[in-house]
Amino acid sequence: MSDLAAPLAVQPATGRRRSPISDALTMSARCVRLSRRQLDALLVMLMLPIMLMLLFVYLFGGAIQTGTTYVTYVVPGILIICAAFGSSTTAVTVAQDMRGGIIERFRSMDIGGPAAIGGHVVANVVRNAVSTVLVLGVGYLVGFRPHASGLAWVGAAGMMLLFVFAFSWLSAAIGLLAGSPEAANGFGFFLMFLPYPSSAFVPVATMPGWIHGFADNQPITPVVETLRGLLLGQPVGNHAWAAVAWCAGITVASVAASAVLFRRRSS
Amino acid sequence: MDTELTVEAIGLHKSYGKVSVLSGVDLRVARGSVFSLLGPNGAGKTTTVKILSTLTSADSGRARVAGFDIARDRHRVRRAISLTGQHAAVDELQTGEENLRMMGRLCGMSGARARQRAASLLDEFDLADAGRRRVGTYSGGMRRRLDLAVGLVGNPSVIFLDEPTTGLDPRSRQSMWQVVTGLTASGVTVFLTTQYLDEADQLADRIAVIDGGRIVAEGTPADLKTRFADQRLDLTMVDADAYRETAARLGTRVAHTEPARLLIGLPTDGTAAHVRALLDDVDPQRRAVARFAVHTATLDDVFLALTGHTAASGAEGRGAAVKRPHSKDSAASGAEGRGAAVKRPSSKNSAAASGAEERGSAAAGGTDTDKESINV
Repeated sequence: MSDLAAPLAVQPATGRRRSPISDALTMSARCVRLSRRQLDALLVMLMLPIMLMLLFVYLFGGAIQTGTTYVTYVVPGILIICAAFGSSTTAVTVAQDMRGGIIERFRSMDIGGPAAIGGHVVANVVRNAVSTVLVLGVGYLVGFRPHASGLAWVGAAGMMLLFVFAFSWLSAAIGLLAGSPEAANGFGFFLMFLPYPSSAFVPVATMPGWIHGFADNQPITPVVETLRGLLLGQPVGNHAWAAVAWCAGITVASVAASAVLFRRRSS
Repeated sequence: MDTELTVEAIGLHKSYGKVSVLSGVDLRVARGSVFSLLGPNGAGKTTTVKILSTLTSADSGRARVAGFDIARDRHRVRRAISLTGQHAAVDELQTGEENLRMMGRLCGMSGARARQRAASLLDEFDLADAGRRRVGTYSGGMRRRLDLAVGLVGNPSVIFLDEPTTGLDPRSRQSMWQVVTGLTASGVTVFLTTQYLDEADQLADRIAVIDGGRIVAEGTPADLKTRFADQRLDLTMVDADAYRETAARLGTRVAHTEPARLLIGLPTDGTAAHVRALLDDVDPQRRAVARFAVHTATLDDVFLALTGHTAASGAEGRGAAVKRPHSKDSAASGAEGRGAAVKRPSSKNSAAASGAEERGSAAAGGTDTDKESINV
């Protein structure tokens, strides 16, 4: 059996030198455009915060004692539950991509996992920025009055960003793991429920004792407390560090998992 | 090795679990040619393409694509190829133009350059009017053309097309064929898989027939036809009596029968002398034969001869009743003929011509397809 022929003097295709960064930017632009055009999914994502807000403030709020007006207590929680749900949609968009033929094209074009998946994450961050502003707007209409300094606003925005970024990557990893968009969709419900056993809607102290351990130590509680403290002009204490650590940890683990899963899928 | 090879593979093996998909595929594709990997569903076409385009790695064997080793130089291979798979790899929610521009950007072009490239490709693929519409509104044929155009944005030197016309209507197929033919004018190499014999015949400079994970034949379309299938003299008899009597008298010499049409086919080399001699031999009184036609070998015949079964959809019907010349039971109906042909040509009962025997054993050596379902 003869050995393989020597390399040809192949002219690599024109202008094919590119950076992962510009790939990621192009992919982000793509995903933002796609989500803008997925009207049904976009509407759900924007309607949900408003529904939840009205539900908690007007239906449950009267019965819940938190020491302040309930709307003041609950808006940070609504922000987080919406961000959690919003992030979970990343699993669906990633799974949709993996099912179509386009991901094979991207892979055959030597576009790496971080760029291909990162696009979905960036698009999700953009979607969440919109819904966050919407929640704050509706919150204001129903009586939410934040007392935050300029720096605290920046801090709150940063906290939201970190949270959405971390959970989008987590969600993307789930999307890669899931066999289908339908399966990936189920993950959304899990993330939707995670904020309930936390201090998002009611103080943990009012919950039964056995759940305190989980509620105090799951990632949602420090994130919500940090957000609440920043928006209401109260001290945040150690919650901020815990929140940042949780988000950073989740991001690192999820990015690594995504890279591995992306390489393994369809090979 | 005289010709420059753009794709060269030696001994590719691939199994998924216990299922062996490729068992030793060797391929050589000359630069600037159209090469077709022809085979039925499940023969290993897509797996071969996935391996060569670096999406999947082979269990063993080596290959070079565009001069680069697919295992060691995966990234450089990827920069030199494009893959257009069976599923349209375009975003339905983006317009045709946006899809093209996106690919341009991903190939490292500036925004302006990507826009230019998109416009010229839209023109070239007859999509200029549809460029600003979302792909979701495109017809199947337009989508495939766009898909192909998207694959060309980065000027690849090797283009892999995995079943480019499956599921298209005849007109869209024709236009895809034109596009593919046009591609080679620019010097690129096209590696296409197909289950359609006419497609391979029409487009390919060389064809490799794959069946059960092995290459069972390789050559130019004309080459394959002369090597692996025979021309046939089809005689239409004047009535049922003449048919019965002639068929009985010729016995094992009959290569093909269609009782409903009173048709008997005999092997021939297609020359006038041979046809004349056959006619005199079969019908010395010049009363039994009403009409005759020389049936030129098609790739269907080749496929049947090589693999013992017809190629997938599209080929059926035409190839169905063709039997090996040395097959024993010659008075079979079309359906039975197919059944008979699926049996391996066995050396025991083929007292027939040595040429046919060679072909039979070549096919038997290359395949093990009896368990495979016959495409109907």
